[in-house]
Parts: sequence; structure tokens; C-alpha cells
Amino acid sequence: MNRILALTITALLALTTGAFAQKSPAKKAGVAKPKIAVVTSSPGDGKAVYVQNCLTCHQADGGGVPNMNPPLIKTDYVLGDKTRLINIVLHGFKERVEIEGELYNNIMPALNHLTDKQIADVLTYVRNNFGNKASAITPAEVKKTRGK
Amino acid sequence: MKLKVAFSSFIPLLAAAGLLWYNANKPLVTSIVNPDTDNAGLKLPAGFGALRAAENIGKARHLAVTAGGDIYIKLMRPKEGKGIVYLQDANDDGKMDDTKMFGNYGGTGMYIKNGYLYASSDTEVFRYKLNENGQVTNPDAPEKIVTGLIEHGQHESKSLVVDNSDNLYVNIGAYSNSCQVDDRQPGSMGRKGCPILDSAGGIWQFKANKPNQTYKDGVRYATGLRNVVGLDWNQQDNQLFVMQHGRDQLQYLFPKLYTVQQSAIYPAECMYALKKGDNAGWPYIYYNQDLHKKIVAPEYGGDGKKEGSKDYIDPVAAYPGHMAPNGLLFYTGSMFPEKYKNGAFIAFHGSWNRSPEPQAGFFVVFQPFKDGKPFGKYEVFADGFSGSLEKTASGRADHKPCGLAQGPDGSLYVSDDVKGTIYRIVYNK
Repeated sequence: MNRILALTITALLALTTGAFAQKSPAKKAGVAKPKIAVVTSSPGDGKAVYVQNCLTCHQADGGGVPNMNPPLIKTDYVLGDKTRLINIVLHGFKERVEIEGELYNNIMPALNHLTDKQIADVLTYVRNNFGNKASAITPAEVKKTRGK
Repeated sequence: MKLKVAFSSFIPLLAAAGLLWYNANKPLVTSIVNPDTDNAGLKLPAGFGALRAAENIGKARHLAVTAGGDIYIKLMRPKEGKGIVYLQDANDDGKMDDTKMFGNYGGTGMYIKNGYLYASSDTEVFRYKLNENGQVTNPDAPEKIVTGLIEHGQHESKSLVVDNSDNLYVNIGAYSNSCQVDDRQPGSMGRKGCPILDSAGGIWQFKANKPNQTYKDGVRYATGLRNVVGLDWNQQDNQLFVMQHGRDQLQYLFPKLYTVQQSAIYPAECMYALKKGDNAGWPYIYYNQDLHKKIVAPEYGGDGKKEGSKDYIDPVAAYPGHMAPNGLLFYTGSMFPEKYKNGAFIAFHGSWNRSPEPQAGFFVVFQPFKDGKPFGKYEVFADGFSGSLEKTASGRADHKPCGLAQGPDGSLYVSDDVKGTIYRIVYNK
């Protein structure tokens, strides 16, 4: 959690200036370099989707809200199984979840009104921000999961 | 006060007492404990000081102080298997020295009345008999007073208070934001005749001294209250006062009706003075503190302006949105200056769903009262819990005030459920 605290100010500043600093102010690169080049998904669009649909609960720094909304920072839910992650966005999440010894209770609504591309964009964004580094998620993967 | 004070530490006490006598024309009881040099990191009105009575005790929710100055604290989650912390001050310097723990459940409620310590998990209420020294006599075998209360993960705190007629009042928070068909789903409308209100979304009254009560033994004392964490019995009015956590996410759920800025400050966090049978209107209405009106909730056909039914009670005071009032205490002590007597302290835990606007709260407010009713505007009494303005804005507060209690000398105690600091605020002028 200390790490989250330290990141907060940076993240807020980044938001207000439009730049997206990540680990420290000195390291301003960040968002726009997905580890795997996937032309169909743009993390830039993902940020807009995040601000519109996710930020209220998961917060500007991705750190969530203690006891309520889970953090998106280096958790298995975000970095692990893509299908599980896509399903959480499509169907919402109502389980009480424990992450690093903290319990999170709040309900996440289903966001299945978002397009495949919007979901791919926002998940790619989340998987490559807040200190995360993971492969992109493609609209095709979202489409496949949605179809099941 | 305990008598086992070492002589060496008694000398400064005597000196302090001498100073008090020297100042004897003042009617105030003046504190004999020394504030921390940094006032425990708090910003307080002139003449007040604060010390850290204890630190790192866990997620400290509500707390109660005995006539001897010992402290009982309810932890949200058990620490090493124990959910109630008992702190004693061996040398009366205000710094708690001895820690004992008992109770194998987490929760919020903690209250002392008529020789009993009342404690709640998120589904039950227990009480422990106190001896003449304020010590629990049956730490492993409390009486179970209420059992089987609803807990569905949201608004689970069973905060409690006892009146002067052996009645116990328990908050049973609504397991929903606004009783939508799909909770927290943008655009989802409200459920007709919100069924949640049958068993939650209100204050239930039970007998304080009768074991094993369930819903059928209790009375739904007041309804239409989304979630109450801070509550207290007003001795002047002989009446229950509660602080409601107002609903979340007006803009996120109904973006065509509300701006982000409106959503950050509305609806109000409301103080209600309750009578039996009152209905405060959740989920059908919310209170707009600037219009001073009850507004129909968008889930029930509201447009942000349409007024709701007059049948719902009005708050007696209203505060900016989402600041999460988790503690309420009517100050009956004599240590603080006269203006504080019978007024209300409110611990605002701090907001989260003002995002992307800056968060707010993380302070203790004083609400002046006159003749048993709020009188005039509230003032921030103790600030600085978060650690900095940036931490307040981001919501990443170092400490969040939660519970309030009054000590036998009139000190005000504040718990913090982030790091588990117990603050003691004293008046030193």
C-alpha cells in the first residue's frame, strides 16, 4: 500500500496535465508502449474508457478503495487469465475478494454495453498502467469471450 | 483513576495540578496529560492539543472509554484472531501501556452503558459485564443479545447505541446503493417498493438486556436510512440522532442528469433526529443541501430537480456529499470550553466517490447545538489526519477518523481505521 500512496500524487498530477507518468516523475514514458504490438487496440483510447467507466471506483491511480473496490495494481485478476478478466468486465463482479490480506466487498456492474474494442482498449490500458506490465487484449479476444 | 502511580511520575502531576489550582477561577477541568509536541499531527483550534494514546492497533472502528480511562476498541477485522482491544494506561500519562485482546469477531459497534460493554459483529450484538474497575468479566463468554442480522457485503457495520430505558438501537445498512434492479448499473431503475427495507436500510430497536433476539423480537424503529455508521443518543432531547451515508454515483449512473461536479458534492450527508416510525426516504429521495430540498432519486423518476414526498422527514443538518460520517458524539464533558457542551462532534471518514473530482473529509467536525438542535454552521475541529492536502485530494489518507468517544475527564478520543492510531484531544488553556 505504501507504494500506492507514493504513486498517488504522481498519478493525479499526470491526470491533470494529461501526461501519464507511472513509476516516478522521472520516468514519463509509460502508457503508449504496449509490450506486444497490437495494432487493433490503442491504450490511448483505453484511458478515455477508463476515466468514463472505471475511475470512480478504482480511482485515478488504480489503487481502488480500501475495504470496498479492489486495486488494479499487480493483482492476478488483472495480470493473469485474460478470459477471466474480460468476463469480469462483461458480467460484473459480485464476489467478496481478498487481495494481499485486504477484503473488498463492493459490487461491480456489468459493462457489457461497451464495444469489444472499448473493452480491449481499457483492459490493455489497465494491464500496462499503474505499475502493471502485461500483454495486450484484442477486440477478437473480447468478441470470442462475449460469444461464449 | 488508578493508584499505582510511581512516585517519580507523580511529581509532574502534582506540579500540573498546582498550576490548575492557581488557575482556579476557571470552571473548566484542565487536562493533566501532555499533548504530543506535534499535536499528533492534527490541526486544532487554539487551546487544544492532541496526543497519540495508542498506535498500530488495527482497523479501529468504534471505541468506548471507561470511567477509569481505559479504552475498548472494536476492530473491523480480528487481529491475531481477536476483534476487541482493551487498553490501559499504567502511569496516567495518556499513553496506553497495556494491551489485552478478546472477542473472535470483527465489526464496528462499541458502547458502554449501565455496567456493560456492547459490541457488534456484522451480524450479531454481544454484551460483556464490566466490574467496578470497568474490566470485562467474561471476555470469552459474552451474552449474545441479537443474532441473525443481514450482511451482504455492502454497508455491513452494525453500529449501535443504548438509550436510558434499556433499548438498544442497531444500524442495519442497505445492501445496495440505491435499490436499483441491478445495483450500481448505469441507467438501471429502482426496484418498486424497495424490498431491501424489510430487513435493512434502517435502525432497529431491541431490548438491551434480553438474550438471543432476532428480527422478530426487534422493531424497525426508523426506515429509509441507507447506511448509518455514526449515531449517538442525545441526552438533552432524550432522542436518537444518526448520520446517514448518502447514496453514491449520481453522475456515473445517470450521466444525462448530473455533472461530475454535482455528483461530487451531492447528495448531502445528513444528520437526522429520529422518532419511532420515521422514514428518511432512501432510496426514493435524497437531500440536496444547497436547494434545501428532498429530491426524487433518478432511479425513481427524478430529474435532479423534482421534489420528493413531504412524508419523508427532513434532516436537522446537512453536510457536503460523500464525506462518510462514521462517528457521532454529543459532548457532555466539562473540559472543553462552554460552546462545545451538548454540541455534536462528527468524524468524517473521507470520500472516495468524488472521483475524478478531489476527495474530501478525513476530519472531525464540530456542529454547534442550541436547545437540543443544530444551531449555525459546522466547523472543522480536527484536521490533518490524511497527512497532507495531496493525500486528502487523492483519498490516499494516512489516517481516517472513524469512532468518537468521550473520556471521564472530558477528553475527546478519535479512532483511525487505517493505521489504528487512537487520538486523544484535550483542552489545555
